[in-house]
Amino acid sequence: MEFALILELSVNGIFIGLMYALVAAGLVLIYKTSGIANLAQGALAMMGAYVVWAISAQLGAPMWLAIPLGLIVMFGAGLLTERLALRRMIGQPVIMVIMLTIGIEIMLRGVLPGIFGAAVKKLDVGIPNDPLFIGDILINRATMIGGLISLALVALSIAFFNSRLGLMMRAVSDDQMASWSVGIRVDRAVAIAWGLSATMATTAGILWGSTQGVDWSLSLLLIKALAIAILGGLDSIPGVLLAGVLIGLAESLATGLLDPLVGGGTRDVVASVIILLTLLLRPHGLFGREHIERV
Amino acid sequence: MFYRRAGILHTRYQDERQLWPFAFDRGLVATVLAILLVAPFAFDRIYLVTYLLPWIIWSSAALGLNLLMGGAGQVHLGYGAVMGIGAYASVHLLRAGIPLELALLAGGLASAAIGSLFGAAALRVKGLYLAMATLAMQYIVDFIISHFSIISGGSQATLQVPPVRFLGVSLASDAAAYYFALLICVGIVLFMLNVRRTSFGRALAAVREKDYAAAVIGVDSFRFKLVAFFVSSFVGGMVGCVMAVSYYRAVSPDQFHLDLSIQLVAMVIVGGLGSVLGSFFGAALILFAPIVLNHAVAFGADTFGVGISADLRAHLPLMLYGAMIVGFLLWEPLGLAKIYNNARNYFMVWPLRHNR
Repeated sequence: MEFALILELSVNGIFIGLMYALVAAGLVLIYKTSGIANLAQGALAMMGAYVVWAISAQLGAPMWLAIPLGLIVMFGAGLLTERLALRRMIGQPVIMVIMLTIGIEIMLRGVLPGIFGAAVKKLDVGIPNDPLFIGDILINRATMIGGLISLALVALSIAFFNSRLGLMMRAVSDDQMASWSVGIRVDRAVAIAWGLSATMATTAGILWGSTQGVDWSLSLLLIKALAIAILGGLDSIPGVLLAGVLIGLAESLATGLLDPLVGGGTRDVVASVIILLTLLLRPHGLFGREHIERV
Repeated sequence: MFYRRAGILHTRYQDERQLWPFAFDRGLVATVLAILLVAPFAFDRIYLVTYLLPWIIWSSAALGLNLLMGGAGQVHLGYGAVMGIGAYASVHLLRAGIPLELALLAGGLASAAIGSLFGAAALRVKGLYLAMATLAMQYIVDFIISHFSIISGGSQATLQVPPVRFLGVSLASDAAAYYFALLICVGIVLFMLNVRRTSFGRALAAVREKDYAAAVIGVDSFRFKLVAFFVSSFVGGMVGCVMAVSYYRAVSPDQFHLDLSIQLVAMVIVGGLGSVLGSFFGAALILFAPIVLNHAVAFGADTFGVGISADLRAHLPLMLYGAMIVGFLLWEPLGLAKIYNNARNYFMVWPLRHNR
């Protein structure tokens, strides 16, 4: 196997992994504040892409307006989901909460393509699609820009956790009861986490939508995001970055090197294998806190 | 009113321990069973094959999943994959000339072996992580089935089920296939009704409520979770075999995708966690609500001229599954079985207001 091919696969894989990491960061944000894994995260990304598409194509708004509007709408949608559905489930067993987020995921996957049509929508945010050559290796410019944007956003969210609001959320994630007793409004922190996570999902949805088009398949980002979140440790944002890079690399190399051997399709199974291996060998992930109870 | 409790005085312990202590319940079960038995002669073939048969098969699958989710409290998002393993194992055996009776058991055992292998890996963690591990299992099994042509016969291929006989009766006719599915279903129902009255069922309930509390009173929670995985996967594998033999009459990888797992999970939740009756209610609602809705939409389009787009109509089932899961979890977490029980309790003491 020649070196240039492996290098090319690795570089592109890293950028794709960073784009996955943005979805995973939203998952981690919700897990950190409320201890729930939001299995509707992929569907939220899809919804965000659909909303931005609808604002720009249906209502005719220019893209620089459609994206902020879409982010605001999705922040509201995140708040609403938490207020109307998740808050009523406080105190229920975790299986119920997981099922609820799955229910939301299925519902969104039906509602949005149902209303806006199932055909693939083109979402043009002005990222050029022509490839970039550095020496011998070809880099997909769209994924590179997408990867860099999500790197910046994830870095921003690390910085956010050092702000006042972020500090509040960290306190909530540490101990809800104790935060309550020192005057932090836990319910509000959780609601904000949902809103922020929905906006993160939206940016990921926009980036992915502009590279592969907007349709229901954006919700499949969930399984990659889960793999990244678990590998990185469910409550660690820096872990998301490293795990995102690792999973992007693994996927890209598997697609390039293994696909010719087994006849395609390894891309989709890499994430599942990584989930299973992580749970077997190191259930708390690379950077997560070791509080998972083993049975 | 119907479910009269007055005048029912049990004088022997075995009377009180029977499955249905009230005469009305026994009558109801007997009536339903009788209707199901005469169905091939009473109903049109089209109703039998498109409504009754899938209802029986999907209910059996939901029962198997319910043992794990309702009985032992473990999430399983890969039950479709478990059924796929059983279906493929048994169909390969049938094609090799093994009789159906053995292939059915072998399919169950194959599912149980692979299912509990994944279970052993997944059960080291719990709750949310278990959900993800089983989701990963679904994807991995999907991949293996469709990419190893020795199993699937190529990724687009369909394996035909050869003509089979069960206990000497050929299953070629629709009625025979229906009776085969019904027989397996009744077997599973009897097992599920009785398992909760055994020490195994009580151990599972203890594990479900709190696993370390169960460990404190001497129930090995890991062992019982694993056994629950084994039994539930065994049932799933058998139902997968029934599905292949009497409903699809062929197997192809796309029959056992994530969609099936989601459908089954929806059935268990909508029907009621841990309830045998609920599995039947849930299967009926999840299978037939989209059909009914589709007919209603078509009717609305014809009579009132309020047509909806083909895309919207194609996505109605997904919307409905999602909305039903969310709705039931928020407003009636114990599902349709609980609604039925509320009505039953009301009528138990009908002219009066309170039971007990």
